Amino acid sequence: MSQPIRFDPIRLPPEAEVLRAEVRAFLAEEIAAGHFDPQTSPMQDGFDRDFSRRVGQRGWIGMTWPKRYGGQERSYLERYVVTEEFRAVSAPVRAHFTADRQSGPVLLKYASEEIKMDILPRITRGECGFCIGLSEPNSGSDLFAARAKAEKTARGFVLNGSKVWTTYAQCADYMIGLFRTSLPTDDNRRHGLTQFLIDLKSDGVAINPIGNMAGGADFNEVVFTDCFVPAAHQLGEIDGAWKQATSELAYERSGPERFLETAYILTELTRTLGPEPDRREAEGLGRLVAQLHTLRRMSVSVNGMLQAGHEPVLEGSLVKDLGTIWQQILPTKARDLAAFAETAPEERAAFDALLPHALRIAPKLTIQGGTTEILRGIIARGLGLR
Amino acid sequence: MSDTDTLIIDTTARIFQELADPQAVIAAVDDSWKTALWNALEEAGLTLAWVHEDHGGAGAAISDGFDILYVAGRHAVAVPLAETLLGGWLMARGGLQVPPGPMTVAVGSRAEPLRIRGRHLHGCARGVPFPALAEHVACVADGEGGPQVVLVATESADIMPTAGMAGDGIGQMLFNGAPAIAAARAPNTLGLEDVMLMGAAVRAQQMAGALQAVLDLSVSYAQEREAFGRPIAKFQAVQQNLARLAGETAAASAVAASAADTIHHAETFDDAVFLEVAAAKIRCGEAAAEGAAIAHQAHGAMGYTDEHALHRFTLRLFQWRDDFGSESEWAAGLGAMVAANGADRLWPMVASR
Ligand SMILES: Cc1cc2nc3c(=O)[nH]c(=O)nc-3n(C[C@H](O)[C@H](O)[C@H](O)COP(=O)(O)OP(=O)(O)OC[C@H]3O[C@@H](n4cnc5c(N)ncnc54)[C@H](O)[C@@H]3O)c2cc1C
Repeated sequence: MSQPIRFDPIRLPPEAEVLRAEVRAFLAEEIAAGHFDPQTSPMQDGFDRDFSRRVGQRGWIGMTWPKRYGGQERSYLERYVVTEEFRAVSAPVRAHFTADRQSGPVLLKYASEEIKMDILPRITRGECGFCIGLSEPNSGSDLFAARAKAEKTARGFVLNGSKVWTTYAQCADYMIGLFRTSLPTDDNRRHGLTQFLIDLKSDGVAINPIGNMAGGADFNEVVFTDCFVPAAHQLGEIDGAWKQATSELAYERSGPERFLETAYILTELTRTLGPEPDRREAEGLGRLVAQLHTLRRMSVSVNGMLQAGHEPVLEGSLVKDLGTIWQQILPTKARDLAAFAETAPEERAAFDALLPHALRIAPKLTIQGGTTEILRGIIARGLGLR
Repeated sequence: MSDTDTLIIDTTARIFQELADPQAVIAAVDDSWKTALWNALEEAGLTLAWVHEDHGGAGAAISDGFDILYVAGRHAVAVPLAETLLGGWLMARGGLQVPPGPMTVAVGSRAEPLRIRGRHLHGCARGVPFPALAEHVACVADGEGGPQVVLVATESADIMPTAGMAGDGIGQMLFNGAPAIAAARAPNTLGLEDVMLMGAAVRAQQMAGALQAVLDLSVSYAQEREAFGRPIAKFQAVQQNLARLAGETAAASAVAASAADTIHHAETFDDAVFLEVAAAKIRCGEAAAEGAAIAHQAHGAMGYTDEHALHRFTLRLFQWRDDFGSESEWAAGLGAMVAANGADRLWPMVASR
C-alpha cells in the first residue's frame, strides 16, 4: 500500500500570532489613513510603491532572507501570516510581491554576492520591483519551446526576441528571464535555456502594454533588440535552467494568493446576505466557508513542510489546483446566493461593484502561473501515473 | 508523529489487513469474519481507546483515537469500532465504567431530545448505526437536574432496522422507559451538539481514510487495466481525473486532520471547534461525492460489480456523509453562524489558528 497523502495540522507558532496582530494594526492604520480601501482596491492595479516602502520599513519584505541582505531571518510560517493578512484586505502589494515571493529567492540561490548585496536590500526596502519573463508568443505551457535568444559575447550576452504576458513589466525595475543559449539536444529537449537578470532600463528593451478583458493592462509584451546583459547577470548554470525551476515552484504554488484572490467577494456576500439569511443562503455560505477553511489549512500545512526543509511538490500542486479552481468559481457561487437577498442597496453597493470585476478576472485564475491541466499533469506524475 | 502514534496505526492496520481484507470479505459466506475482527480490535485495546484505564479503557490520547479511525476508514470498517470509541468517549464524560463489547450511540432530535426519568430512558433516535451488532447504546439525555450520560442495553429499545447505504445496518431506536444500566450527571454544558460534533469529526476521519483507499485502488487499477494497447493510466483524460481525485482526497484528509487536532487540544467545544468540525464534515462529504464518481468512472464496469472492492468504500462514504449531520445541515449551521457574526469577523475566524 502506498504512502497516504498527508497534510499535517500545523499550528502557527505564538510568534506568528504576535506578528499577525502587528500586521492587522498596520493595515488598519493604512486603511484609516485612506491609503487603500478594501472595498475598492481589488478593482485597482494594486501597484503602490509608497505602500511597499512602508511595508519594507516594517521588515515584511524578504522577511525569511538572511539579515546581511536586508532580510529578517524569520520563518516561512511568519511570512505566511503577513501574506494572508495582506491578501485578506486586498492590500496593494503588487510593487513588491513578485520580488518577495519569487525573484528574491532565485537571486539568493543563483546570483553573485555583488548582485545580492546590491539588489536584495533594495527589494526589502520596497524600492525595487521584479517581473517574470518566461512566456513567449509560441511558448506558454511548453516553456521549453522558448526561442528568445541570448548570444555570448566577450563581456556578456546579447538578447533578441520577445516575452509576452509579462505582468507589471511596465513598472518593474528588473526581469528574471529565460533565454535560449543553445539548441535542445536529441536526448533532452529541456536543454539549452538559461536564466538572466535583466535591468529593464537597458537599451534595447521595449515594453508594450496589452489590454485585458477586465479593463486592465497589467501584462505586456517585452521586446529585446540587441539588448546587452553583463556576464555577471547569468543566473545559475548555462543551458541548465530546467534544473533550477522545480524547487521554487512549491513556494510559488502554495501561498494564500492561490485561493484568496477573489476572497473579497465572500466578505461582501456575507454583508449582503445580512445577519439572518434564509436556509438556502446560509447553506451556500456555510459550504463556501468550509471550502475556504480547508484550503487555508492545506496551505498552512504546505508552508509548514517548507519550513521543515521538505520539497512538497505534489502537495503544493494539489493546493494550487484546488485553490485556483475555488477562487474562480467563488464569484459565480456568490452571485447565485445573492440572487434573492433583500438587502438595502447601500448595504450591498460594494458587492454589486466588485462582483462584475471578480467575474471578469476569474478566467485568468486557472491560467496564470501554470494552467490547471499542467498542474494536474504534475499531480498525475506524483501519483505514479506518468 | 510520535512512536506511540505509529504503533497504534501499525497495529490497527495489521489487524484490518489480516482479518478484513476487502476481497476476502466479499468472498466470505457469512459474517463470522466480523466477530474475529471485533475480537482482535478489542483485545488490542483499540475499541476503548478513548476511555481512561480506571474506567476499563486503554487511555489513549484523543489524537490516537482519530488515527485509529482514519486507518479503519481506509479498510472500509464494517464493525462498530467508531461507534464504540464514541460511546466510550461519551461514557467517560459522565465518569462511568464502560462495559466490554460493541456499543453504538443514539442522538435525539433538537426539538425532542432523549429524556431520562428516574432511571428510565425515553424518546426516539433516528439513524443509529449498527443496531444489530451493538450490545449497548450510549447517549446524552435530559435529566431532571441537567444532562446525563446514559447507557442502556440495545435489546431494551424498539428498533426499526434498515440496511443503510452500505448494508452495515442503521435504525430508528425507540426508548420506551428502557432501564439504564448506568447513568450519571454529565457536565452542565454537555449536550446533543457535543455528540454531533464528536460524531461528525469521527466520520470525517473515516471518510478521509476511505478516500485514500479509493485513490489507491483507482491508481493501481489504471496502471493494470489495458485498453487500446496500453494501460489506461497513460491516457491524459484518466490522469487528469485521478489528479482531481487526489485533490479531493487531500482536502478531506487535511480538513479531517485539522478538526481532529483541534478537538485534541480543545478544552471546551467553542466556535473554533464548531468551524473545524462543520468544515470537515461538509468538505469530506463533498469529497465523497466527487471522489466516488471519479473512482467509479476510472474502474469502468468492473467497479460496479458486487465482486470488486470499490463499492465497500464508496457506499460507506455515502453512509458516513449522512451520519451525524449531512453537509447541508452542517453548512446551514455554519452559514448561520458566519452571518450572525457579520462580514468583518469572517476572516479573523478563518485565520484563528
Ligand atoms: C493574467 C496573466 C498573467 C500572466 N503573467 C505572466 C508573467 O508575468 N510572466 C510570464 O512569463 N507569463 C505570464 N503569464 C502567462 C502564463 O504563464 C501562460 O498563459 C500559461 O503558462 C499558459 O500558457 P499559454 O497561455 O500559452 O497557453 P497554452 O500553453 O497555449 O495552453 C492553452 C490550453 O492548452 C492546454 N494545454 C497546453 N499544453 C497541454 C498539455 N500538455 N496537456 C494538456 N493541456 C495542455 C492548457 O492547459 C490551456 O488550457 C500570465 C498569464 C495570465 C493569464
